[in-house]
Amino acid sequence: MPDPTQPASLSTVGTSPIRKEGTAKVLGQARYVDDLHLPGMWFGATVRSTIARGRITSIQFDPAIPWHEFTIVTAADIPGENTIVHLTKDHLCLASEFVNHPNEPILLLAHPDRALLPAAVAAVTITYEELPGVFTIEESEAPDAPTIWEPAAADHHHATAKNTFKTYLMESGAAADLDHIFATADHIIEGEYHTGAQEQLYIENNGVIAECVTFDGIVKSVTVRGAMQCPYYLVHALELVFNLPEEKCRVIQTETGGAFGGKEDFPSVIGSHAALLAMKSGHPVKICYDRAEDMASTTKRHPSRSRHRTAVSKEGKILGGEIEFALDGGAYVTLTPVVLSRGTIHAAGPYHWPALRIRAKAMATNLPPHGAFRGFGAPQSIFATERHMDKIAKVVGLSPEELRRRNLLALGGRTATGQVITDTVDMQHLLTRALAESNYHAKRAEFARTNPTSAIKRGIGFATFFHGAGFTGSGERRLNSLVKIELTPEGRPQILVASTEFGQGTNTILCQVAAETLHLPYEDILIAQPDTARVPNSGPTVASRTAMIVGKLVETAAQKLCVILTNSDGLPPSYSPADFRTAALAYLAQHGTLVVEARYQSPGDIFWDDENYRGEAYPAYAWAVYVAEVAVDTTTYSATCTDFYALQEVGKVLHPVLAKGQIEGGVAQGIGYALYEKCVWQKGHMANNQMTNYIMPTSADLPPIHVAFEEIPSIHGPFGAKGIGELPMDGPAPAILNAIEEATGIAFTEIPLLPEDIFERMTRTPDAGTEDLNPTIDRDTRVEPEVVTS
Amino acid sequence: MTQITFTINKEKKTVEAPPMKRLLDVLREDLHLTGAKEGCGEGECGSCSVLLNGELVNSCLIPALQAEGATITTIEGIAPLAAPDQKLHPIQQCFLEKGGAQCGICTPGMILATHHLLEKYPQPTLLQIQEGLAGNLCRCTGYTRIFEAVQSAASQSNP
Amino acid sequence: MRSNASHYDLIAPATLDAVLEILAAEPGHYTPIAGGTEIMVALGAGRLAQKNLVSINQIKELRFIETTPSQLIIGSGTTFTDIRNSAIIQSDFPLLTQAASWTGSIANQNRGTLGGNIVNGSPAADSPPALLAYEATLTLISTRGTRQMPYADFHLGYKKTALAPDELIQSITLKRIFTGYIPYARKVGTRNAQAISKVAIAALALIQDDTLEDIRIGAASLRDRPSRLTATERTLRGQTITQDTIVTLISQARATLTTEAHPIDDIRSTAKYRAAVAANLLEEFLHSLMNP
Repeated sequence: MPDPTQPASLSTVGTSPIRKEGTAKVLGQARYVDDLHLPGMWFGATVRSTIARGRITSIQFDPAIPWHEFTIVTAADIPGENTIVHLTKDHLCLASEFVNHPNEPILLLAHPDRALLPAAVAAVTITYEELPGVFTIEESEAPDAPTIWEPAAADHHHATAKNTFKTYLMESGAAADLDHIFATADHIIEGEYHTGAQEQLYIENNGVIAECVTFDGIVKSVTVRGAMQCPYYLVHALELVFNLPEEKCRVIQTETGGAFGGKEDFPSVIGSHAALLAMKSGHPVKICYDRAEDMASTTKRHPSRSRHRTAVSKEGKILGGEIEFALDGGAYVTLTPVVLSRGTIHAAGPYHWPALRIRAKAMATNLPPHGAFRGFGAPQSIFATERHMDKIAKVVGLSPEELRRRNLLALGGRTATGQVITDTVDMQHLLTRALAESNYHAKRAEFARTNPTSAIKRGIGFATFFHGAGFTGSGERRLNSLVKIELTPEGRPQILVASTEFGQGTNTILCQVAAETLHLPYEDILIAQPDTARVPNSGPTVASRTAMIVGKLVETAAQKLCVILTNSDGLPPSYSPADFRTAALAYLAQHGTLVVEARYQSPGDIFWDDENYRGEAYPAYAWAVYVAEVAVDTTTYSATCTDFYALQEVGKVLHPVLAKGQIEGGVAQGIGYALYEKCVWQKGHMANNQMTNYIMPTSADLPPIHVAFEEIPSIHGPFGAKGIGELPMDGPAPAILNAIEEATGIAFTEIPLLPEDIFERMTRTPDAGTEDLNPTIDRDTRVEPEVVTS
Repeated sequence: MTQITFTINKEKKTVEAPPMKRLLDVLREDLHLTGAKEGCGEGECGSCSVLLNGELVNSCLIPALQAEGATITTIEGIAPLAAPDQKLHPIQQCFLEKGGAQCGICTPGMILATHHLLEKYPQPTLLQIQEGLAGNLCRCTGYTRIFEAVQSAASQSNP
Repeated sequence: MRSNASHYDLIAPATLDAVLEILAAEPGHYTPIAGGTEIMVALGAGRLAQKNLVSINQIKELRFIETTPSQLIIGSGTTFTDIRNSAIIQSDFPLLTQAASWTGSIANQNRGTLGGNIVNGSPAADSPPALLAYEATLTLISTRGTRQMPYADFHLGYKKTALAPDELIQSITLKRIFTGYIPYARKVGTRNAQAISKVAIAALALIQDDTLEDIRIGAASLRDRPSRLTATERTLRGQTITQDTIVTLISQARATLTTEAHPIDDIRSTAKYRAAVAANLLEEFLHSLMNP
């Protein structure tokens, strides 16, 4: 501990203090929602659809169950609108007439004895008139597909094509000349790439406890506490479901056991459900899903299909490209348009495109709605682009490294949205450093030598990519985030934000920023539990925005606090922590309270055109080169990632230990995405909805993960920080599949890539066509003409 | 309902519970020891790990009656194992310092698995750590910070 | 937790005799539960049909490893951790040590028992291939007395066994006759730990003067029950194994294996993959015999 009587000389930012809530976590004292009990609390459960699509024809209750003991909620009980609001209102809170995916909520039950609920849920029989469903992008876009989704009447501007949630058309550079560019290019390289759904698999399932105050049968207020990323998202959902003003919908985030996007939009569903049960039962109601229900019913990463067509000169310069990017959105819109947007922008990668046209669309299917998951569309499109870059290299006859070197963006260049790169990052240097430190060239040569005589084929590959920090485009301006810092009665600064801690380190880094700004020890800074009755809306905790955007606001608020205390004659120019406390207490004695606030102000030079997708897509980007080494065992056809090197430029690293932890954890999820994690769908139902059968990596499945940072301070974040949370999800999958192609000579185009897939490809019989390693002939390319509206 | 008596965190306790009630639920509901978490309910994730007669077990797979007469240590009782009245066990301290806990939900189980591992291998190799913790799934860390925490705890307890 | 624990009964008699009496009194009424690593999963998932359980976890008479000069007898209540810790098993029956290390996680190995793994009857179980290769004998016990049967005859079909409702497996006996045998064991699971087998092989071979005097191959996930690949063994037994013959031998063995493997498609893998990888493992095994 620093001497409280001396000015704090120790800098906090850039060091690794103990995480704020860490001690409670290692002691087992941290209270997650299922650890909480409220007096008189009941338990809730959900009766769900058993089919993918159909009309509900009857609901029967088995008379063996004493139903009078239960509270039963149907859509008819909803006092406000039957909707879970995200971007549109197509998503019902409870299905009443039709169901559009398996495990769609239809009825809610509550009972004081938790143990009685599973049997009660099973005792409700719902019959349906079943309707045909669609389960893939291809089925949804087929000309003869049934119409499974139409925009709500008020939302007709969103899309017009059948089953289409959203489309974007993004044109950049000389896009109008693309026909000519393709007609005259030395090479045209086509490729099609697919990515699968991925389960967030936070170890704490979704769960909430709701309370409801009613008077004369009228709902006066609701309170929901639970695991979540975005308390104000749930506030806004509750406003509609209960027809209440914002201030009557209170949401409290409890300690949250992992989220990764899976607790971004979904708490609006489970939170509304628990609140309805609380309303009708007159008791607080807890709903905590078990693993099987959570996996089968909640959101996953959107499956995707990318089709690339690229014109390239014989020198390996990209001349122009067309990219079609499609997402499977599941049954309802939820956040899909925003996911599609980030995926679309990141599809261009960190490359210079003289001409580029991206057509993007999100299709409805009869799967549970797909939602937010770390990376938010970018891992999908970056996978395709980085696999395609290796393919281009092969066709042109360059190394993967050289092909990228000839096309990487540099300072002063323009991204595909026309944004001028003002970061002084040097991707050429990052590539040089990453390949040197991972020993890429030596290993590539060694594997080329040893593979022919080995049953284990080794390979090394890499991906170069960037990830935008903060909301896309004008998103941050719309969010209009607000941060406050107050003085506690003891004279300690306490940060008030709705930004949530779910493992990534929000509490810790925001306190570091405040401590650094106020010249106080880290230990002196408090951060309040996110409770919308107390904390302002600092925006959702998503999109790698917390360190950069919220951190900057905390810095600004802390500066204001300092100025107020200085101007009140209490705080000397060079002050010790004790001086600060004295000044703070003096101020409080005179004025009672001190609360400062800072509201987001768009930097003047940020411009975004939502219609044409032009301009500053993100305030700042993190830049990275990831190198993966693999071993493919030709006895078992299994591919293993045996070594991993992750180099990134993320601006100032606020907390090196947390930052490394973010990268390592993201890389682990990326390795799972590439090689292990497969959602097995059977008519829209996830068949492997158990941890035993959905395979995430254990401690015995991961390679050493080497993490390195370059730090070029950004003007947009506190002390130069940018965002890092999502970045590590983007690179592993393409780097690994690029390495597998190096190892085997086979250009796999789809993830997850399981041993069964490698087996199928390696053992193709001559009848099915011999393996042709001439990359200019790609048998996987199935580009059909299609009409995309935007 | 059956009376079941066991010693938990050095205290003798008797509970009345259905004999097939999961030990996890007895701990959480009857004894209000909520440090053990349910992550999967099928012995896959290890979040409900406790030490039963010194052995690492998944408490979601133990019927309460099978704990009759047993000695149980949960995360709440781990610190005093190193020294009485100690606030943090060295393993807990190392998890804090090395960033081995992120969201914290796997942390109690991970710390108990580490305790069990270090009892068997005071100076574990990386492979032994990887195997010893393979029954405890962590979605946040990619395990690297956890390995560092375990290695650090091993070096501290055996200078 | 999808079951209501109060709908289930569990008793824990102090002695083996008491357990057997209870099983005999009303055969089929009580189901034994040992380490609980299967039954408790079924309970949690709401699919445990048996409402009355009798714990055998506390029966010390079932948890032992006994060595005689000619054989090793393992009590059915012996845990996988016990097996891994046994020096005699490690030296004389390394396939079994390896199989124990494959099973679940450390926590599962601390609870799961060899008898439970056998009785559960999963075709993907980890220890049966090794027990089949070692030609284990089971001793079954009831109030009617004990009887012995070759383990190879125990599994009758998918999760169907020869165990009578009033019986328990008392012990598993292995003959100490495998000195000089070359062991081979490989599990191909969904991941490196905590994995269910897609396919696994545990095999032994005895070679004298380039001749395969004896070969035994146990397999998981190739049929509806743990199985020994007897036809493949017949193809190989007595054959000369040298650089000149190995290619033909492998091709014959692969062909035979294909006829006797009947794997399935499920959510973990495909039949085609399982059959091909089993053949590859067999090939790897045969190659390993060339330079023992």
